[in-house]
Amino acid sequence: MIHLMASTRRCLLAALIAASLPLHAQEPAAETTAEASAEVVPAAPTTFPDVLRALGGASLSERSALLDALLAAKHPNTAAVLKAWLDDHLHVRDADGAVFITAETDAGNESTFGLTDPVTLAASGPEPAEGFSKVGSNNSLRKLLRSALASFTLGSPDADVRLGAVKEMLRAPDEATLAMLRERRATETDAAVQSAIDAGLAYADLTSDKADTRLAAVKVLSGSLAGETIAKLEALRDAANEPDERVRSAASVAISSISFKRTLYSSIETLFFGLSLGSVLVLAAIGLAITFGVMGVINMAHGELMMIGAYTAYVVQLLMPNQLAASILISIPAAFVVSGLVGIAIERGVVKHLYGRPLETLLATFGISLILQQVVRSIFSPLNRSVATPEFMSGQWVINDALSLTRNRIYIVLFTLVVFAALQLILRRTSLGLNVRAVSQNRAMARSMGINSDRVDAITFGLGSGIAGVAGVALSQLTNVGPNLGQSYIIDSFMVVVFGGVGNLWGTLIGGMTLGVAGKLLEPAVGAVMAKIAMLVFIILFIQRRKQGLFPQKGRAAEGH
Amino acid sequence: MKNQSLLLSALKADRGGQVLLGLLAIAAVAVPVFNLLVPESSFFHLSTYTVTLFGKYLCYGLLAIAVDLVWGYCGILSLGHTAFFALGGYAIGMYLMRQIGPRGVYGDPILPDFMVFLNWKELPWFWEGMNHFPVAMLMVVLVPGLLALGFGWLAFRSRVTGVYLSIMTQALTFALLLAFFRNEMGFGGNNGLTDFKELLGFDLKTPGMRVALFITTVIALAVGYIGCRYVIASRLGRVVQAVRDAEGRTRFIGYKVESYKLWIWVFSAALAGIAGALYVPQVGIINPGEFAPINSIEVVIWVAVGGRGTLYGAVAGAVLVNYAKTWFTAAFPEIWLYALGALFVGATLFLPKGVVGLIPARKVKTA
Repeated sequence: MIHLMASTRRCLLAALIAASLPLHAQEPAAETTAEASAEVVPAAPTTFPDVLRALGGASLSERSALLDALLAAKHPNTAAVLKAWLDDHLHVRDADGAVFITAETDAGNESTFGLTDPVTLAASGPEPAEGFSKVGSNNSLRKLLRSALASFTLGSPDADVRLGAVKEMLRAPDEATLAMLRERRATETDAAVQSAIDAGLAYADLTSDKADTRLAAVKVLSGSLAGETIAKLEALRDAANEPDERVRSAASVAISSISFKRTLYSSIETLFFGLSLGSVLVLAAIGLAITFGVMGVINMAHGELMMIGAYTAYVVQLLMPNQLAASILISIPAAFVVSGLVGIAIERGVVKHLYGRPLETLLATFGISLILQQVVRSIFSPLNRSVATPEFMSGQWVINDALSLTRNRIYIVLFTLVVFAALQLILRRTSLGLNVRAVSQNRAMARSMGINSDRVDAITFGLGSGIAGVAGVALSQLTNVGPNLGQSYIIDSFMVVVFGGVGNLWGTLIGGMTLGVAGKLLEPAVGAVMAKIAMLVFIILFIQRRKQGLFPQKGRAAEGH
Repeated sequence: MKNQSLLLSALKADRGGQVLLGLLAIAAVAVPVFNLLVPESSFFHLSTYTVTLFGKYLCYGLLAIAVDLVWGYCGILSLGHTAFFALGGYAIGMYLMRQIGPRGVYGDPILPDFMVFLNWKELPWFWEGMNHFPVAMLMVVLVPGLLALGFGWLAFRSRVTGVYLSIMTQALTFALLLAFFRNEMGFGGNNGLTDFKELLGFDLKTPGMRVALFITTVIALAVGYIGCRYVIASRLGRVVQAVRDAEGRTRFIGYKVESYKLWIWVFSAALAGIAGALYVPQVGIINPGEFAPINSIEVVIWVAVGGRGTLYGAVAGAVLVNYAKTWFTAAFPEIWLYALGALFVGATLFLPKGVVGLIPARKVKTA
C-alpha cells in the first residue's frame, strides 16, 4: 500500500515537471516570433480585413492585442466574428491564411465546413475541414471576448438582448465595462435594463474608496429587490468592512426596506397561488353548484364528467398535434358538449327516476362514476396522459426580482372568472336561466305556469355537467389526465359547495377562493397534507355552526332544501 | 325479565334472522369439521384459504349490520363507516405489533419495525399499554365510539341531516385517510401495520387459529345481530325509527331526537370497530387504504343490494357482493368495476328492497 502510494506520488511529480517544462520553453519562443513579426510588419494592422488576416497567424498572447485592434476597427461584422470566435467557429485556411466563419454543413458532420467570409458575410462553398485550423482562445481571451460581445449587443434594439448583455458584463465588471454601462444608461429607455444597469453600477460603487459614492450606491440599491443585494448590504453593516457610520446606518435602513418589500411581494405571491388553487376548486365545484345547489341532485359522477372533459382536450390535441393553441381553444366548447351530453344521458337514464330520493341518487351516480372510470380505462388505458401546454400559457410572468407568476395559473384564474360570469349571465339574463330558477324554487308552480320541468331538468343537469367538462380542460393544463382525475376532486368540490352555501353561485366562488388562499397560507407552517386535513376539519366544524354555509338561501327558496 | 321477553318476541317474528342465525350455527360446526378433521386429499376438505375468506366476508357482514342499523333504521346514510372499522383494526393491529416483540426485522424488543426504521427512540404515548389484550380490546370499542360521539354530538346537535351529513362523514374518513398516511402519526404511514405473528400466544398462521378466528367472527356476528335486534326492539330503537320516518314530528312530540340519534350512532360505530378488529388478524394487515371513502360507499351498496332496514339483508348483501368481487376480480378483472357500478345503479333503480325483498314477494304469489 505504502509502496503504491509512494510510486504514485513519484509519477505525479514527474508529470508535473514534464508539464511545466514546455511552458518555460515556449514563452521565449513566442517572444522571438513576436519580435520577428514586428520586424517584418512595422505598423500593427488597423483595418478590419488586415486584423483578421493577422489573427490567423498570431499566437494566443498576440491575439488579445489583435482583439483590441479588431474592436477599434469598428466594422459592422465585428459582433459576428466575435461570436464565431467564442463558439470555436472561426477557422483559418492553412493554404492561404484566409480567416472564415465556419459552420458544420450538416448536423454532426464535422468533416466539411460551410464557409462565410467575415468581411462580406458572403457564403462560399463547403470545403473539407482538414485544410483548416481553429483560431483558438483561452480562458482570459474568452472573458475579453464575452465582454466585448456584450458591449456590442448592448446596442441591440431588442430589450431582452440588451438585458442579457448587461448581465453578462456585470459578471466580471472592470473599469472599461462600467464606463460602457454608464454611457449606455444615459440613452437606455427600457426600465428593466435601466434598473439592471443601475444595480450593477451601484454594486461596483459599493467598493469605491469615497464614502459619499458608497452612500449614494446604498441609496440606489435600497430600491432593488434582489436577494443578492441584501447579502452585499449585509456586509456593509459590519464596522470591519465599512468605516463610515453614515453608510452603515444607510445600509441597515436599506436592508429593512428591501426585506419588507420582499416579504410583501412574497405574500402577494402566496395570495396568488392561493387564488389559483381556489380557482381550481371553484372550477371543479361550480358545475356541482348547479346540479347540487340549484337542482338538489347529488351527482357523485361529477368528478368523472371533469375527467371526460380532460380526455376531450387530450383527444382534440391528438387530432391536431401541430396547433397547440388552437386545440386548447377548440377543446373548451368540445368538452362542454361532450360532458354536457353525457350529463344529459345520466339525467335521463338514471337521475330522473330518483328525484326526491337524494341518498339513492348519491349511490346510483356513484355507480355511474365507477362505470365511467372503467370505460376510460378500457379506451385510453389506465396510464396517465399528458396534455401539452401551448406557448402562450407556459413560462413565467416576471414582474420584478422578487415576484414572478406562472402563466398557466394566471390563465386559470382568469378562465374561472370568465366561466363564473358566463354562468351568472345564463342564470340571470336568459329565459333558460329564469326557467331553471323557477323549477328549482317551486317545481309545481313552475309546471303550472307552463314550464316543461322535465326538459329544464335535463338542460340544467347538462349545463352543470358541461361546466364540469370545461373545468376538466383547465385541469388538463395543470396535471396529468388519468382515470382517477375526477375522484381526487369530488370531495373537495362538495366541500366548497357546502361551505359556500348550497344554491348560491357567489358562495361557491368566495368559498372556493377562501379555501384556496387559507390552504396556501397554512401550507408553509404545517405542510400540505396537514393543511388539507385542517381545512377538512374546519369545514366539518363550520357546517355544525352554520349548516347553510357562508351565504344561506333566504326566503321561500330555502324551504326546498 | 321483561327485556328478555322483548328480545325473544322480536326474534320469533324475524324469519330472516332465524335463517341467518341458523346458517351461522351450521357454519360454526361445519367449518372446523371440514377444515380440520376431513383430510386435505378429500373432496370435502375446506381449504384454510376459504375459511379465512369467509371469515373476512363475515367481518364485512358485521360492518354492514352497523351501517344498516343507522341507515336502515335511523335514516343516517354514513359514507364514513370504514373509518370506525379501520380504527378498530388499527387498535388490534397495535396490539399485534407489540406481540411481535424482538422477532421483528430490527429485533427491537419494544419498538415496532417501522419506528426503528424512522429512527424513533421511544414508544409514543398512545402505544403504551397496547401490549395488553384487554386494553387493546377496550380501545377497539372506545376509539371508534369516542370519535363517533364527538362527531355525532356536533353534527346532530346542530341538526345536520341527510346528504350534508353523508358528505361530512365522507370528509371525516378522507381526513383520517390523509392523516394516517403521514409517518409522523406513528401508525406506520403508508405501509400500515403488518407482519403479525401471534394473538394471545397462538400463532396466527396455523389452520387451527384460522378456524378459531372464524368461529369468533361467527359468534361476534351472531351476538352483534341479536344485539342490534334488541336495540331495535327497545324503546331507543322504536324512537329512532320514528326519527327516520318523521324527524320533525318526533321532535315536536317531545323526544330529544339528538340523543337518540347519537346513541345509535355510537353503538353502530363501536360495532364497526369490532368488525375491524376481527378483520385485521385474519387478513394480516391494516393500512390507511382502509379509510378510503370509496370503501365506505361500497359498504353502503352491500346494504342496498342485500336489503336495507332488515339487518339480515345487510349480511346477505355483504357476503354476496364480496363473493362476486372475489370471483370477478379473479376471472374478469376488467369487468369488476362495470359490474359494481351496474350494481349501484341497478340496486337503487330496480331493487329498492334489495335481494331479500324478492323472497317474500314470491311467497305471497304462491300463497
